[in-house]
Amino acid sequence: MRYILRRLGFYLLAAWAALTLNFFLPRLMPGDPAAALFARFRGRLGPEAMQALRETFGLTEAPLISQYFTYLGHVLKGDFGISVAYFPSPVLEVIGTGLVWTIFLAGTAVIVSFTIGTLLGVVSAWWRRGLIDTWLPSTLVFIGAFPYFWLAMVVLYVLGFTLGWFPLGHAYGDDMTPGFSATFLADVVRHAVLPIATVVLVTLGGWLLSMRNTMIAVLGSDYVNLARAKGLSPWRVVMRYAARNALLPSVTGFGMALGFVLGGSLLTEIVFSYPGQGYLLVQAVRNQDYPLMQGIFLVITLAVLGANLLVDFVYLWLDPRTRGSA
Amino acid sequence: MKESTGAGATGIGLWWEAIRRDRKAAFGIVIVAAFVLVALIGPLFVGEPDDLVGMPLQPPSLKHWLGTTGQGQDVLAQLIAGTRVSLAIGFGVGIVVVMVGALVGVTAGYFGGRVDGLLSLLFNVFLVIPGLPLAIIIAAYLPTGPLTLGMVLVVTGWAWNARVLRAQTLAQRRRDFVAAAVVAGESSFRIVTREILPTMTSLLVAQVIGSTVYAIGAQVGLEFLGLGDVSAVTWGTNLYWAQNDAALLTGAWWTFAPTGICVAVVGFGLTMLNSGFDEITNPRLQLEHAWRAYLLKRGRLPERSTPVVVDHE
Repeated sequence: MRYILRRLGFYLLAAWAALTLNFFLPRLMPGDPAAALFARFRGRLGPEAMQALRETFGLTEAPLISQYFTYLGHVLKGDFGISVAYFPSPVLEVIGTGLVWTIFLAGTAVIVSFTIGTLLGVVSAWWRRGLIDTWLPSTLVFIGAFPYFWLAMVVLYVLGFTLGWFPLGHAYGDDMTPGFSATFLADVVRHAVLPIATVVLVTLGGWLLSMRNTMIAVLGSDYVNLARAKGLSPWRVVMRYAARNALLPSVTGFGMALGFVLGGSLLTEIVFSYPGQGYLLVQAVRNQDYPLMQGIFLVITLAVLGANLLVDFVYLWLDPRTRGSA
Repeated sequence: MKESTGAGATGIGLWWEAIRRDRKAAFGIVIVAAFVLVALIGPLFVGEPDDLVGMPLQPPSLKHWLGTTGQGQDVLAQLIAGTRVSLAIGFGVGIVVVMVGALVGVTAGYFGGRVDGLLSLLFNVFLVIPGLPLAIIIAAYLPTGPLTLGMVLVVTGWAWNARVLRAQTLAQRRRDFVAAAVVAGESSFRIVTREILPTMTSLLVAQVIGSTVYAIGAQVGLEFLGLGDVSAVTWGTNLYWAQNDAALLTGAWWTFAPTGICVAVVGFGLTMLNSGFDEITNPRLQLEHAWRAYLLKRGRLPERSTPVVVDHE
């Protein structure tokens, strides 16, 4: 219990830090932030929109500290203001349209990568210095040296443009009507294959190496030797005895990886014109849509914190030793 | 493969050892040196990168070795001009990131107690907040330019180094020579800078290299998103313009392929240098190598030897 409370406290603190950063960033702009911000919107927005904007940011004449609390109050109510680029939609509504796609993309990519990478790690630890163990990790590390979005561009160029196997972008074809029909879902999958595959390609190596290294250590331990001496089948020794314990460090990394991929999927979405958070965020930056930008940052951060908390719970369930102190 | 570290060789001396003895490290240093050379004198041999020299989107030819961009500039000239800026930011940020990390990490590890609690909390929070989105919104608010870019990369990159260096300092803090220095009445500042930091020189240099790899990659990514100074010529803005000019959809692979390969090769060279250095200085890897060599000499195939890579954090 104490463990859970401590983690919970930490994530609350991190969320608060993100909120505070979000509050002070516009005020870091050189010159008078309010003036600089509003000069850009003059003529584009009506007076009531300006007032709404001013209030969301708390950019009023009030002293900084009360501005800060106004802002916190708005955020807690889920009021992130009104988007400038998609005026007059509230920021939260705009974000909602992209969030589903991002979570689908990043979530699938992380799970696929984790599963395949971990299994390959087990295999390469068991047949140490075998074909997989010798070639795969170094190949993946080499691939990892390329900038991620550049690899994605190359993959898109070769498989999408030159060979024409996959669509060049977007989440589904223009001629499709969203719904739960088989043709629509098939089209979504067809559009998601390349983005997901590129993320998996660059993240696979990390899972493989982490699993391989702990597996090697675990395979040398006494209880695994005993299991072998008892004549248990190799499959049982590897999966039930060794892999289960070797999995723990990888699970710890899972939360961080989810955050990394959620953040990194911004680049995926740009290259594949995928209509998720990242695409929205870069559009917001180009349109100087500050409320939307900040909303997206907060939503991504909160999603990452939530995912980390979830991973902590899973860890608690996987490793009875952490429960001992609870 | 005998003894690898001469007595008394620390820090920079060890690096020379590594480069001389280890093939990986030598390979890495050659790559990195080649790029630094190109960055220093390369721009003298090519024309102005911004000059419009021919028809847009020409494939590589004898006149333009790497073809022309969507605006009709020479891709090779842009690549070389970009090398200078991108490497400068990369190395600069790499050093500053480690300096900030060292300041926070060593302070936390050395003083312990409440200071440690507070600083650890700080870098753990920075580790859990997703870096790229944070970098994007900071860069969006500040005026574009190399200074902003550098600052953003430092803000989003220092925490990992702080964490590693804190752990290392904690380990050193318990050693006898530190206790002796405390008893001798040395000031905390002197103990940290004269006693503890020198024991970590090799780790610090390795971190600078690792951070440089990070900085080059992250910088190219941010500039690709249009968050750098898009009128400057750097690796990232080259890719930004390639994407903007729809290089992919027109099949102009030469506008984006060379830049990406350069980023990868520099990163690969730096990583090789680092891991080659690790082989030389890490006693665990040394032991495993020696054991393998011994077994091979006795005509036995080294199978699963004593596991030596046990990483408990």
